[in-house]
Amino acid sequence: MLRVDSLAAGYGHSQVLFDVSLGINAGQVVTLMGRNGMGKTTTVRALMGMLPALGGRVLAGRVGWQGASIIGQPAHAIARQGLGLVPEGRQVFPTLTVLENLTATARPGPWTLPRVLALFPRLGERAGNLGARLSGGEQQMLAIGRALLTNPSLLILDEATEGLAPLIRAEIWAVLAQLKAEGLAILLIDKNLGAVMRLSDHLVIIEKGRSVWSGAPEALAAAPEVSQTYLHV
Amino acid sequence: MSTQLLLIQALNGLQFGVLLFLVAAGLTLVFGVMDFINLAHGVQYMLGAYLGASFAAATGSFWLALLLALPVALLAGLALEWLVFRHLYARDHLAQVLATFGVILSLNQLVRMVWGSAPLQVPVPALLEGGIQLMPGLTWPTYRAAILLAGLATAGLLWLVVERTRLGALVRAGASNAPMVAALGVDIHRLFMLVFGCGAMLAGFAGVMAAPILSVEPGMGDTVLILAFVVIVIGGIGSVRGAFIAALLVGLIETLGRSLMPDLMRLFLAPSPARQTGAALASMLVYVAMAGILAWRPRGLFPVRAG
Ligand SMILES: Nc1ncnc2c1ncn2[C@@H]1O[C@H](COP(=O)(O)OP(=O)(O)OP(=O)(O)O)[C@@H](O)[C@H]1O
Ligand SMILES: [Mg+2]
Repeated sequence: MLRVDSLAAGYGHSQVLFDVSLGINAGQVVTLMGRNGMGKTTTVRALMGMLPALGGRVLAGRVGWQGASIIGQPAHAIARQGLGLVPEGRQVFPTLTVLENLTATARPGPWTLPRVLALFPRLGERAGNLGARLSGGEQQMLAIGRALLTNPSLLILDEATEGLAPLIRAEIWAVLAQLKAEGLAILLIDKNLGAVMRLSDHLVIIEKGRSVWSGAPEALAAAPEVSQTYLHV
Repeated sequence: MSTQLLLIQALNGLQFGVLLFLVAAGLTLVFGVMDFINLAHGVQYMLGAYLGASFAAATGSFWLALLLALPVALLAGLALEWLVFRHLYARDHLAQVLATFGVILSLNQLVRMVWGSAPLQVPVPALLEGGIQLMPGLTWPTYRAAILLAGLATAGLLWLVVERTRLGALVRAGASNAPMVAALGVDIHRLFMLVFGCGAMLAGFAGVMAAPILSVEPGMGDTVLILAFVVIVIGGIGSVRGAFIAALLVGLIETLGRSLMPDLMRLFLAPSPARQTGAALASMLVYVAMAGILAWRPRGLFPVRAG
């Protein structure tokens, strides 16, 4: 459903992406891997149309969504076609309550407020609290719930388990497994190798703005030199 | 100074405060949501006053003038957005400041060409002439009371929309993180045009209401604009609630300062230098207050942005 071909992009005068390609089919979980600063977040921003708002731009390449090109479209138009973003750093709206965070940008579809509150009961307990008052784990749940309520056909999660306590982390992974089981396609960025290997159907590694390796989790497990070269610090 | 005069000046300060709020509300949202510095926002206030004055002269009715001026102020704001401002959002703040300053100069000149340089007078509507008796021997102009009430009512309405509706939640979300709102599928430019139009209309509303108690003249928006910037910085950029509190505060400090400072100086100085230093100190007072508040809370009373 999503195809990224030879994407090149950057901020101002510094080019960050040179040649990134990846693809996701319906119902698949694909994980984008690579060390810090290699361009994973920039890839997400570029395909979501967010770079112009952040002082960057796409220089070359193609992004296809359900067969049609979406490159160059404004971020809101891309999102409305079914891409739901859980951004790096969670970015919940600090001055909105939990309930407002969830409903302000919601669009109709199978995901409803009661369903999201059933998925994350903690959010229901804190419905009236401001986003800024939540713990990191609760903010992460809120960011996922907020994206689900836009009823995407592809959920994009950028470092959704980073900096969380092990118990919360496990809860998030369980939710992601459940979403996958329901058939939602997921583009994942995560450094948690064990969990990523269990959940993903396909892996793409990027190094300095180029996708340098891709394959199934089993293939990565069978090629220790690949993770040695591109993933270990 | 008697307590009676103090009471009157405090009321005048609150009345000035609500006018400031009407101008500052649009400014803070436009700055907050689009990160756009609009120096020309004061022009909307001036335009409101001139439109009110012209329509009042033409129709003979202040109320009809108010009714006509509001939609025209809205249209003028949207036209400016379309012609000038939307080409500036992606630019840096310096470009925005320069371009919108150019808009001020052009529109002040345009106003001079259309209406002349001489100040216009607008009569207080007959219904609101006279004064209300606060206590025996102490009256306050009914018209000022009407401004205060209308301002408070508008603030209440705005509060309801901003704090209690989904649209308001989107505006608040946009003020803290506009790219994220867009990434979730909301057309931030359309949201912004709405905010911008309402802001322009509110500033125009303030201008129409101020017309009968001020002289309507070119450049009248400039002083208000400077104070409105002080208000939004004190209140926290993007915060309507902050703008409301800060506007009342600045209105009170400004008005009370002007009447109290010369008297205060009289305790130390001869009458004539007391009047001069008093006036000079009074005009500094809001900025001193702003510096004090920012030293205590660097991002204003009600910070909106994350981080
Ligand atoms: N807004 C920005 N302006 C300029 N340069 C940026 C910006 N954001 C990121 N960069 C640079 O782009 C490069 C890639 O950053 P990016 O955030 O895409 O990496 P990443 O793979 O997501 O890293 P991490 O694992 O740390 O999240 C880095 O060198 C970074 O310094
Ligand atoms: Mg990143």
